[in-house]
Amino acid sequence: MKILVPVKQVACLREDFGAGAAGAGNGAVELAPDTLVWTPNEWDAFSLEAALALNEGGEGETVVVTVGDERAEESLRAGLAMGADRAVRVWDQALAGVDALAIARVLAAVASAERPDLILCGAQSSDAASAATGVALAGLLECAHVAVVEQIGPDGERLIVQRQLEGGAVELLSVGLPALLTVQSGINAPRRPNLRAIKQARAASVAVLGLADVGLDAGALASAAGSRTVALMPRPRGGGATLLDGPPAEIAARIAAIVGEAMRA
Amino acid sequence: MREVMVLAEARRGELRPVSFELIGAARALCEQGAGEPVVALIGPDAEAQAGAVSLEGVQRVLVVPTPQAHFEAHVAQAAVEALIEQRRPSLVLAGHTIDSLGFAPAVAARGEHGFAGDVTSVSWREQGALAQRPAYGEELIAELDFPGKETVILLLRPGAFEPTAAAEAGIEVERVELDLATAARSERVELREAPSEQRDIAKADFLLALGRGIGSADSLPRLERLAEAIGATVSVSGPLVEAGWASRTRKVGQSGKTVAPRVYLALGISGAAQHLAGMSRSRTIVAVNSDPGARIFDFAHYGAVADLFEIADELERLSA
Ligand SMILES: Cc1cc2nc3c(=O)[nH]c(=O)nc-3n(C[C@H](O)[C@H](O)[C@H](O)COP(=O)(O)OP(=O)(O)OC[C@H]3O[C@@H](n4cnc5c(N)ncnc54)[C@H](O)[C@@H]3O)c2cc1C
Ligand SMILES: Nc1ncnc2c1ncn2[C@@H]1O[C@H](COP(=O)(O)O)[C@@H](O)[C@H]1O
Repeated sequence: MKILVPVKQVACLREDFGAGAAGAGNGAVELAPDTLVWTPNEWDAFSLEAALALNEGGEGETVVVTVGDERAEESLRAGLAMGADRAVRVWDQALAGVDALAIARVLAAVASAERPDLILCGAQSSDAASAATGVALAGLLECAHVAVVEQIGPDGERLIVQRQLEGGAVELLSVGLPALLTVQSGINAPRRPNLRAIKQARAASVAVLGLADVGLDAGALASAAGSRTVALMPRPRGGGATLLDGPPAEIAARIAAIVGEAMRA
Repeated sequence: MREVMVLAEARRGELRPVSFELIGAARALCEQGAGEPVVALIGPDAEAQAGAVSLEGVQRVLVVPTPQAHFEAHVAQAAVEALIEQRRPSLVLAGHTIDSLGFAPAVAARGEHGFAGDVTSVSWREQGALAQRPAYGEELIAELDFPGKETVILLLRPGAFEPTAAAEAGIEVERVELDLATAARSERVELREAPSEQRDIAKADFLLALGRGIGSADSLPRLERLAEAIGATVSVSGPLVEAGWASRTRKVGQSGKTVAPRVYLALGISGAAQHLAGMSRSRTIVAVNSDPGARIFDFAHYGAVADLFEIADELERLSA
């Protein structure tokens, strides 16, 4: 089976990015480039593992793709080291900061050229947490889709998948191919590449495409985008916890007292 | 007048609580000039549910019968696409729920509509909707607008909006027949309810809530022993279930159970929105986390920046 696995390099704020740094003047936050730390998205290791497991011992091909600047090659190389056969990266300055629907448009252009049987996205990315890119992509490709999947198994020409529902229930579904699934984190144990695989992945070539190479332009992106970010603001802090400090024994004693009181109240 | 269309969500024939929050949000937006509210019920027993949306501010209900006896993402997608095509609403409001995530982004992408998920606040001005949602993993709030979009689809975070109250006033029910016979692209094999367990975490007064901070499944026996010693029931965050360390019945959060014990003692839980969704109504929340920046400290009543194992050992010693 040919499986396409979109992976994302995600940003998180540096640990020392305090609330104090935010909120100059009108309350809006300016993010200096060095306040962000970039890593591969947690969810994507699980979708890639699921793809590699499905293709294990078979004829299939597993292709990782990202929409991102050079930094995003870390995600691709992590995927190659795990065992992906090929890596594709699409980038253009017009893609900086665009939303999930615009990303989905670009991925759709790549998928139309690659024609995979199956696309496995992460259920969400830890920075944007849109949880939307995968299903948006499926909509554009008009293929079957299931969101928040925690088990995938072959069923003849089809797949049997289990999706999570609220409240601990699950639904088992049968879907035909081509299909797109969004994969929940933690559903398998992503393989850990050995040093040799990591070195090979570092040296492997990544196909780099521009917008025009996939038949798109800035105008197409603008109409595809679902929203525009007008401002970033510090998050509202909750009431804030009363901090218990001291050595562990003292903290534990405080906790025991708080619990005792709360249980009697 | 433009419409603000609420996509009510039901499961097993009953409206889910988020539906009433969506209607509450729609009313507020309509008061700000977004249009007039209309509630769409899409499903096999939609007609039977119409009575349940006899709520303040609701006059019009659209009932869309579907061929399947249960939710199917592609059927919902086709139905909503047809409704948007026919009625051109200014806003479509749905829950940021697992069902909606299965079709709403596809509707938005195909129709090139405005879109935002996990919306925690929304207002309406002359230029259209202004929505807020988390950015950078809840560290910041992003404010979004939707220039040039005739219809904007917003998925609202469950629990973030005030639900509407019931009303005496009658509603006008309009049946919308759509051709959905061939829309389904998946077949339900089985729906498995959450297995019930003797110690139901939703009924416990005192939960010892364990998160990924416990490091590995090997730590579980020792923490189970602590729970026993202090009279607590063990509950867990999502990743512990997905990793196979704990049973699904113990999961708290959006895809787990909703709990409101007297005491929620969280060890090694960061406080993700999906976790919060299941426990924010706990009476007393105590959090132990080694990261002083952990979000759980924002809403816990008491917090300790400490190693959970050290605290666990001391708690066990105290209860001995
Ligand atoms: C559709 C969907 C539904 C979801 N549903 C749920 C749900 O129902 N329930 C749920 O919980 N999650 C759910 N999630 C997952 C959620 O987004 C988070 O990934 C999850 O809640 C994180 O769990 P955690 O806090 O245990 O782990 P992490 O976020 O990894 O946090 C672990 C914490 O432990 C701390 N820590 C580490 N070591 C120690 C130590 N020695 N002592 C003290 N502290 C330590 C760390 O500082 C960290 O804050 C869902 C996600 C999606 C996409
Ligand atoms: N820039 C991107 N490049 C490739 N894949 C992406 C990108 N953004 C999101 N995805 C995919 O969509 C999933 C969900 O992301 P999101 O919709 O942002 O929560 C990720 O796990 C990836 O599989």
